[in-house]
Amino acid sequence: MNKLIFALLLALAPMLGLAAGGGAHLDDAGIDLGDQASLQRGAKYFMNYCLSCHSAKFQRYNRMGKDLGLTDEEVINSLMFTTDKIGDTMNIAMTEAKATEWFGSPPPDLSVISRARGVDWIYTYLRSFYLDDKRPFGVNNIVFPDVAMPHVLWELQGAQKAVFKLEKGSSGKDVEVFDHFEPVTQGTLSAEEYDQVARDLTAFLSYIGEPIQMERKRLGVWVLLFIAVFFVLAYMLKKEYWKDIH
Amino acid sequence: MSMMKSAVEWIDTRYPMTKVWNEHLAQYYAPKNFNFWYLMGSLAMLVLVIQVLTGVWLAMSYKPDSELAFGSVEYIMRDVDWGWLIRYMHSTGASAFFVLIYLHMFRGLMYGSYRKPRELLWIIGVIIYLAMMATAFFGYLLPWGQMSFWGAQVIVNLFSAVPVIGPDLGVWVRGDYVISDATLNRFFALHFLLPFVLAALVFIHIIALHKVGSNNPDGVEIKKGPKGNRWSDSAPADGIPFHPYYSVKDIVGVAGFLFLFAAAVFFAPEMGGYFIEHPNFEPANPLKTPPHIAPVWYFTPFYAILRAVPSIAGSAFPGVVAMFASILVMFFLPWLDRSPVKSIRYKGLLYKVLLFLFVIDFIVLGYLGTQATTDLYKLMAQIGTIYYFAFFLLMPIYSKMDKTKPVPERVTE
Amino acid sequence: MSADGVDLKKRRSLTLATSAVGAVGAGFVIYPFLAAWAPSEKAKAAGAPVEADIGKLEPGQLMRVKWRGKPVWVVHRTEQNLQDLPTLDGVLLDPASDDAGQQPDYCKNATRSVKGKYLIAVGICTHLGCSPTYRPEVAPEDLGAEWKGGFFCPCHGSRFDLAGRVYAGVPAPKNLEIPPYQYLSETKILVGADGGAA
Repeated sequence: MNKLIFALLLALAPMLGLAAGGGAHLDDAGIDLGDQASLQRGAKYFMNYCLSCHSAKFQRYNRMGKDLGLTDEEVINSLMFTTDKIGDTMNIAMTEAKATEWFGSPPPDLSVISRARGVDWIYTYLRSFYLDDKRPFGVNNIVFPDVAMPHVLWELQGAQKAVFKLEKGSSGKDVEVFDHFEPVTQGTLSAEEYDQVARDLTAFLSYIGEPIQMERKRLGVWVLLFIAVFFVLAYMLKKEYWKDIH
Repeated sequence: MSMMKSAVEWIDTRYPMTKVWNEHLAQYYAPKNFNFWYLMGSLAMLVLVIQVLTGVWLAMSYKPDSELAFGSVEYIMRDVDWGWLIRYMHSTGASAFFVLIYLHMFRGLMYGSYRKPRELLWIIGVIIYLAMMATAFFGYLLPWGQMSFWGAQVIVNLFSAVPVIGPDLGVWVRGDYVISDATLNRFFALHFLLPFVLAALVFIHIIALHKVGSNNPDGVEIKKGPKGNRWSDSAPADGIPFHPYYSVKDIVGVAGFLFLFAAAVFFAPEMGGYFIEHPNFEPANPLKTPPHIAPVWYFTPFYAILRAVPSIAGSAFPGVVAMFASILVMFFLPWLDRSPVKSIRYKGLLYKVLLFLFVIDFIVLGYLGTQATTDLYKLMAQIGTIYYFAFFLLMPIYSKMDKTKPVPERVTE
Repeated sequence: MSADGVDLKKRRSLTLATSAVGAVGAGFVIYPFLAAWAPSEKAKAAGAPVEADIGKLEPGQLMRVKWRGKPVWVVHRTEQNLQDLPTLDGVLLDPASDDAGQQPDYCKNATRSVKGKYLIAVGICTHLGCSPTYRPEVAPEDLGAEWKGGFFCPCHGSRFDLAGRVYAGVPAPKNLEIPPYQYLSETKILVGADGGAA
């Protein structure tokens, strides 16, 4: 019997890789949701760079403040630009119609984008804009080809170009494959500093994707401990009764 | 104490409380040799209760409206106190339900629990499984994410593949030309209703079980064996009262199950995209199909069968037939198995190998159902489909050929 | 295989311990379900304190502010109104506002307000939740000669004076509720938050 279960587990093992999927190589975001300073910086970048075009319409300001260790006053004074009500969610003034006119498609709401795309994708995306004359805003993105969004953080990162190399594809023909980036102009930040900005933003997006996630894991430990105690008691009870049978 | 006693008497003259308690618990004699696999039924009932309870609570904040549904789920996740926990219990519970039922059905396959006199018990079980699948399918549309929408789109379009009436049937099921607000609303109503049908079916399943008595890992009929045990002279010698012996054992099983369940709820509610698929965090968009659509894991073996069958004259109908046949064939199992023994313990190597391969086949089909089709995968799914049906349809032949071992008179310890 | 060897005491204590821990666990499980009925963050945000400009309110006038979906009255009381209040003490149920649940501590005074001139009260009858009618006129025919202005509930005839105090012998059991509030300036109030101060 045990052998059978073991064999089933072995058969299941290769399937665990499913979620990863294909596409471009993604860099490890390396975020730490326990690092409040990083989340606070991420919130600042989000309010300044993202929240004019993208909403986060399920995330409330006061909840964010509470979870990120900020007082309501701090949130109102330095992070709220589109409303004056602390209990509001992060909405934007831009209408969908206007957005479609400007960008071709409305910028998606970012409340749960980290759960749809994954944090590594976002981290890599933020760092993968490159110069491309064929696009309306002059930039393209490796992980999101022909993206409608301009490189909002270009002043920080500077401009870069993508270098492609030729590789044999599965059909036998040569295909262009992304190799690496080369800086074209210097941004106000160094490459490491810019990576940290991307990481902070990614951490913040991960946080708003599921504000309860840290609390959930903290609570989970206690729940499992409790059930373990109950299991031991129930097992002793069963043993005691089953003395009658065995 | 005498107060208690007279209260019980008062009820017993008006309602068969003690009688039911005795017949189904305290004096229901179950074989004493149940193993791990016999926990799944009780656990599945527990999950049904969890699903009904969390589901009713979710319905208090959920809005079955295509404009509001996605947002109302996020509202539950963020704004409702503890809503996240209730929602994760429900989403994890759906998968847990299928895990348990698949293990429960596998138990039946191993020990021949569908054999005479338990044919009807098995058939009721298959009906329960169908009702579960319908409930899960209706429920999956409700979050109104991309996977909800396109998953429902694909499945409902299966009805459109039915010759002649198909196109009208699809429109009728949707109440619209695409999956829409009308579809969402009716799916919500049915998703709320079906669990109660399910509960009634479970009740009937248990009544049937208690009529014929439980099977056991040896496949020995304890009712046909010697009589007399320490509790009763007329009860089977190898039977023990369900309560307290199996009730305390089931509690241990419940604790073990809840540990795994809580681990999933608190630490991996998405289960790497298996329990909650990533594209479902994007609101449904009728204009944009996600690059890759896959049903939730518990449907994928049947989805793989659907895709494995080539279309004939441009109609996907044969695949649809194969998919439904793959489930309906289970109804005939009691009459397909011609082996002289019930339990795998006394069956020969042939059946053991074929059953093992069947489990692998089911898992591989499940995996293929989650993947985009390639030539290789399609071939694998076709082989898998052939094996799936062969396992059932050739059973009358190989179960007779199989070299069985003698079955003992009494259950083994 | 006989009942003789059974340690009943151990069995009982283990049953008790398992049941007790199980009951505690059931309590833990029930709690989130009960808590889920509390006002959600959305409801709390909608019930956040509201500002009201009372600068243009003439003496004798009433204005309504919506707070947590309920009507909150602001009444600009005249000098005469304020002088009338103590004369009514004898016919009221709770003239000194002793029921602490019906007003913040800083409004437990003769006028049930922060500044006597303005009455701020929740306009919901303490009987069954209707919203009483503002009847500022003195001694109207239907309310009798003793009426010095106040509120009359059309549902069951409860009467309140211009400090929201309930008359004795009417269905309503309590004075009208005074919400927490504060003055942001001479002409601006914030209903729903007192800033922790009086």
